[in-house]
This record gives sequence, C-alpha cells and structure tokens, in this order.
Amino acid sequence: MNNAYDGLNEEHGDDARWAYGTGFADELSGVDRAFPSTVDKSDLAAYALMLGDDALVLAQRTSEWCSRAPELEEDVALANIALDLLGQARLLLTRAGEAGERPAEAPEHVPDEDALAYFRTAERFRNVRMVELANGDFADTIARLLLFSCQRLALFTRLSASADPVLAAVAAKGVKELAYHRDHAARWTMRLGDGTEESRRRMIAALDRVWPYLDELFTAHPVEQRLAAQGVAVDPADLRSEVDDVLDQVLVAATLTRPKAATAPGGGRDGSHTGVLAEMLSEMQVLARALPEATW
Amino acid sequence: MVTAREVVGTVTDPELPMLSLVDLGVVRDVRDEDGRVVVVITPTYSGCPALVEMREDLLNALRTNGFEDAEVRTVLSPAWTTDWMTEDGRRKLAEAGISPPGRIGPRPAGPVPLRLDPPAPRLACPRCGSADTEELSRFSATACKALHRCRSCREPFEYFKEI
Repeated sequence: MNNAYDGLNEEHGDDARWAYGTGFADELSGVDRAFPSTVDKSDLAAYALMLGDDALVLAQRTSEWCSRAPELEEDVALANIALDLLGQARLLLTRAGEAGERPAEAPEHVPDEDALAYFRTAERFRNVRMVELANGDFADTIARLLLFSCQRLALFTRLSASADPVLAAVAAKGVKELAYHRDHAARWTMRLGDGTEESRRRMIAALDRVWPYLDELFTAHPVEQRLAAQGVAVDPADLRSEVDDVLDQVLVAATLTRPKAATAPGGGRDGSHTGVLAEMLSEMQVLARALPEATW
Repeated sequence: MVTAREVVGTVTDPELPMLSLVDLGVVRDVRDEDGRVVVVITPTYSGCPALVEMREDLLNALRTNGFEDAEVRTVLSPAWTTDWMTEDGRRKLAEAGISPPGRIGPRPAGPVPLRLDPPAPRLACPRCGSADTEELSRFSATACKALHRCRSCREPFEYFKEI
C-alpha cells in the first residue's frame, strides 16, 4: 500500500459513502420538508447555511480537544458537545442543500451536506468569526462556548416556532442540547473565575480575547431580517438583552466583571473571515478533496 | 406468525443493548401502507451516530421475518425526550446498573433558566443502594448518559440523564 489512505479507496456501494463517514445517505430522510409557500428559497438556503456553518465550524474546533483536554471527563464532555453541534450542522446543511445551496465543484455523488462542508473555500463559509478562532487555552475554549451557547440557546428557543418546519424541528431538538452546553460552560467559568489566582487570571484573559466577537452574533444580516419578518428566522438583535442577562448572572457567580473590550471586525456572514478559518478547513477538507471516492 | 410490530419490538439499541428501540421511545409508529411496513423513528440527539445502525437493524430484522417491503422514516418533531422511555425500559436500565432518567414533563415556554448549581438529582447507587452519590461528569461514553460515583462503595456508575 503506497499510503495510509489507499485502503479507503475501495469499491463500495453508494450508500456506504460520505455523510461524514457514517454512510448515512440522507440526514432528513422521511422528515416533512415542504417549504412554506411564501418563503424565498434562496434566503432560506442562505439562512440555514449561516446557522449550519456556525455549528460545523465550532464542532470542528471543539473536536480538536479530543485526547487533549485537561482531564478525561472533560475530554469526553467536549467530544459530546462537538457531536451535538455536528448533528445540528448536518441537519441545517442538508436543509440548505434542499433549498438550493450546493457548490458546483463537488462531485455529483457527494450528498449536499458533504458538498457544503468539504467543497467550499473559506470565503464561502457564512459562520460568525467567533466560532473559527483558534482554541487557545482551556479558558479560551470555555469563554467561547459560554458566549456562543448563550446566544444560540436563546436563538433556538425562539426558532422552535419558525414557519419553516425543518428549522423549527432542528431548533426544538437543539434547545435541550444547548442548555447542557451553556450550563457546562457557565460552571467552568465559575470554577476558573472564582478558583485559584492563576485560573482567575486566565479566565479574565480568555473573556477579554473572545468578548470582542460577541457583537457580531447580534448583528442582523439582511437575509435574517427578511426572513424574520416572515416568521421564518429570528432577528438576532432581538436576543441581546436576554443573552446579556444570562451572561451577567454567570459573571456575578464567577466573581468576574464584563470585559471592557472594543468590538472586533465582523463580516463572517458575508464570507469575510480571519486567516485561521482557511487553515482549519484545509485540515478538515484534505481527505475529501484528495480522494473524493473515499469511503470509511 | 409474528406481526411487524412484534419484530420491531425485538430490535435493540446499538449502544444500549439491554433496551429495545421501543423501550427507548425511539420508535414512534409501525404501520402498514398498502402492504409496505413503515417504521417511524426519531433520533435521541441531533448527532446520535447510532441512528444509521438503528435503521439498518430494523430493516434487517423485518426482512429476516418475511417483511421484504419495509421502510424506515425519521421524524424530528416532536423532539424526543427521556419521557418517551417506557417503564419497562427504565426497569431494564436499572437492572443493567444504569440509573434511569426521572420524569421531566413538558418544557415551560420562554427562556431556559440557567442552572449554576452543581447538580442534579441525588441518585441511589445502582450497586449498593446508597444515596451518597456524586456527579463526576454530565457527559459520558454516549451522549445520552452522565457519569456518577457512589461515595459509599466507590464504584462509578452511569446515569441516563433527563433531556
């Protein structure tokens, strides 16, 4: 065998191929997927892609902790959280594909969700910048998870009433998962913030680094505004006070104060990213691009 | 002759083999549509990797028992919660040393309240029965379980957490 990947390139039935290696041909198999009659499908596709990319990129980042977390239980916890996010991403990207999003570069046999994950370059990803930031130390990862999951839980709680039946179902399911993620991050923030001098110093530094990316999570894209007016999406600007309230509760419990941070540039929803996203994607996508016929 | 519903009732969960998919509450419906057996299932977690195997196991069991024309459909709504688990399922979990989930009821409307207090229900140790147990991690070897430990007999045990 010339290289370790050769064995992946054997003949298999189409059903055994792709979908992140699960052989799972259709993530929304059997789900009622009618489109609401009034909704603009390209807007719906763009919106599902935004939320799906947030979840996919954070799932990939979080899974980088596998075998590297500070203790075994935390390793397992972060892997579970990454798996939940990946599951949410798969459903959302499949919905985006159904509504018409699909990169032309992807080979025909590749399902939409895989085509979107593996065959787009960084500037075509629509995630907010916060989720792509490098993991940093454990406190950085916890700070990011806290901010993201607070916002995403508030969003999904409201999106459960979306006029799009798939978004509503995905959101209702994700609420219970995100509630666990948020509480987990909040408790670690307390342990670190109200812990030793060193853990407190690191937690403060971590919040200082991540906080500048918070504003982007509440900046509505025109797609979100149009769909929110139709009851399909949630305008993220409407979530701000609810999320601020939760974050303040956590900070008080952790004996921390809100960082006085300037806002970092955003633009992730329009494909403007920091350089680390391209680096992350090159690792995530290398196998799929090098061997598009691979199975595993 | 066995019915399709009886066949479905024999298929177990790939990660929790002491439970059938019916015990787990993953099977929502088994029905006949013009001679085709349709099984409706729902995932426990969005990213549950066992769903693909559940589907294969159901189709294999049905085929083996003469139901050649069978289809498995997935529904996402209403979302699965541990309240869908049957009493039989709870008993089988306890017998296997896994603490079963409590009843949670429907989620109240509005924002989900933040839970900062370390947890959760005080569980009885499934081995020695002691109530002196603690949570080690809210996440365990599968997404649906948490890891606890008995302070009396010192044994760790898993807990099928409520969601």
